[in-house]
Amino acid sequence: MTGLVVIGASYAGIQSALSAREAGYADSITVVCDETWLPYQRPPLSKDFLLDVTSEDNLLLRDETFFKKERIDLDLGRRATELDPGAKRVSLDNGTTLDFDKLVLATGSRARQIAVTGADLDGVCYLRSVTDALDLKARLAQAAEVVIVGGGFIGLEVASSAAKLGKKVTVVESVTRLLERAVCPLVSNFLHDMHLAAGVDVRMGESVVAMEGDNGRVTAVTLASGTKLRADLVLVGIGGIANDDLARTVGLKCTNGVVVDEHGRTEHPDIYAAGDCANHYNRFADGWVRLESVQNAQDQAKAAGLAIAGRHAPYDAVPRFWSDQYDAKLQIVGLSARHDRTVMRGSEDDGKFSVFFYRGDDLIAADSINRPGDQMACRRLIAAGVSPKPEEAADPSFDLRPLVRATDKANVARRNL
Amino acid sequence: MARIKFILSSGEKEDVEIERDVTIMMAAVRNGIRGIDGECGGCLDCATCHVYVDEAQVDLIPPPSDDEIELLSNVTAFRKSASRLSCQLRIPPSISELIVYVPESQS
Repeated sequence: MTGLVVIGASYAGIQSALSAREAGYADSITVVCDETWLPYQRPPLSKDFLLDVTSEDNLLLRDETFFKKERIDLDLGRRATELDPGAKRVSLDNGTTLDFDKLVLATGSRARQIAVTGADLDGVCYLRSVTDALDLKARLAQAAEVVIVGGGFIGLEVASSAAKLGKKVTVVESVTRLLERAVCPLVSNFLHDMHLAAGVDVRMGESVVAMEGDNGRVTAVTLASGTKLRADLVLVGIGGIANDDLARTVGLKCTNGVVVDEHGRTEHPDIYAAGDCANHYNRFADGWVRLESVQNAQDQAKAAGLAIAGRHAPYDAVPRFWSDQYDAKLQIVGLSARHDRTVMRGSEDDGKFSVFFYRGDDLIAADSINRPGDQMACRRLIAAGVSPKPEEAADPSFDLRPLVRATDKANVARRNL
Repeated sequence: MARIKFILSSGEKEDVEIERDVTIMMAAVRNGIRGIDGECGGCLDCATCHVYVDEAQVDLIPPPSDDEIELLSNVTAFRKSASRLSCQLRIPPSISELIVYVPESQS
């Protein structure tokens, strides 16, 4: 069998298959995935799913009928074990092989494991897949004292859910502020206060040195300071690692993920990668990045799918992220690392504000709490390279919309370059 | 069950039968309606499920929340008075067939 083979059936995998089909790819398409679930939504796993607001059924994104209609074969519960780029063949864990004309690696990322004594105790959990989420949900129902290791997105969202469920929650973070790599200090502090107000104990600048247990079950977490936190459930959220092994072991270039161009293509002309497992040059970062987000997975996979079908539309979207904790809607657009100044829009006191990041005169990113309108405007402004003056941005009554409308003209000019 | 008639920007029409507790966005994603992404799954973060409700039916559905209005303020496709985020729409009992137009682009 030849045609397109996709490894991974989450956002990037399915999108690449669908985009290829939509753009006229006529050969067979086979999607292989080591999970047994039909493609499902991941963002609710740390939030509404744990709270029983979203049911298992509602997580599902597509059903068998849909894939049949699109002539996409799903091979679920099957892990790809080996890649032979020369023969253009993938080996699966049941001993069979799949020959491909084009291949998409959409293998995602896995949770970084914590390397301390007692990390293998029962009750020490991670959250990545729906299987993890079902397990975590069942354990949360029984738990009283929950320790969260890591003040990143997963850790804080689970902390928020667990606090809503009435659990005693402690968050342990080794650096000096929450979400340090993702948001500015102001947003970190705002979220920190929200967690405190919800009764969550937040321990900053503390690292975990051991987990203790009784009869194989976790009972406490020991910190470097000597503090011992009682715990009957521990959720570790200390980052993700790209699943780039298939490519790396055969010498395809990998640097924190499979290195791809703007069409999701690896060094091999017929092998593509997209989503969490891929590393690409992003003009909004002015550098190479590996992003873990639904937006990145879908948009990058779209570019890959189109390229596979012979149509070219390079991946060039402004990165964006979101998180919901308590009543705060956190949204992030752009990549702020290179900023040299920030401008505050709105006020922390009424819980609605944005922080605009500038590099020189250019707006490069914005973090917002409960100001979705700013995010929508900034998405288009940053994409078009149109910046409000910092003093305009700082005035919450300054209407960004006329500027946004001007971006339509800027986009036309860019296309004509 | 109720029906949604999606009218794509190409003019193509697609009918989808749904339960009334399913949002228009989910129905679109599950049935592969082109032009509705629904990235965030309906938590009012991404605004990638923008649609225009048929003018004659706009008043038959509950109005948008403040967050939805803010998100709609700068969508990439033309904003109309009938613009909605389809993740917030379900078919009310008074309607047996809801007609929605899919815009040319999403944010």
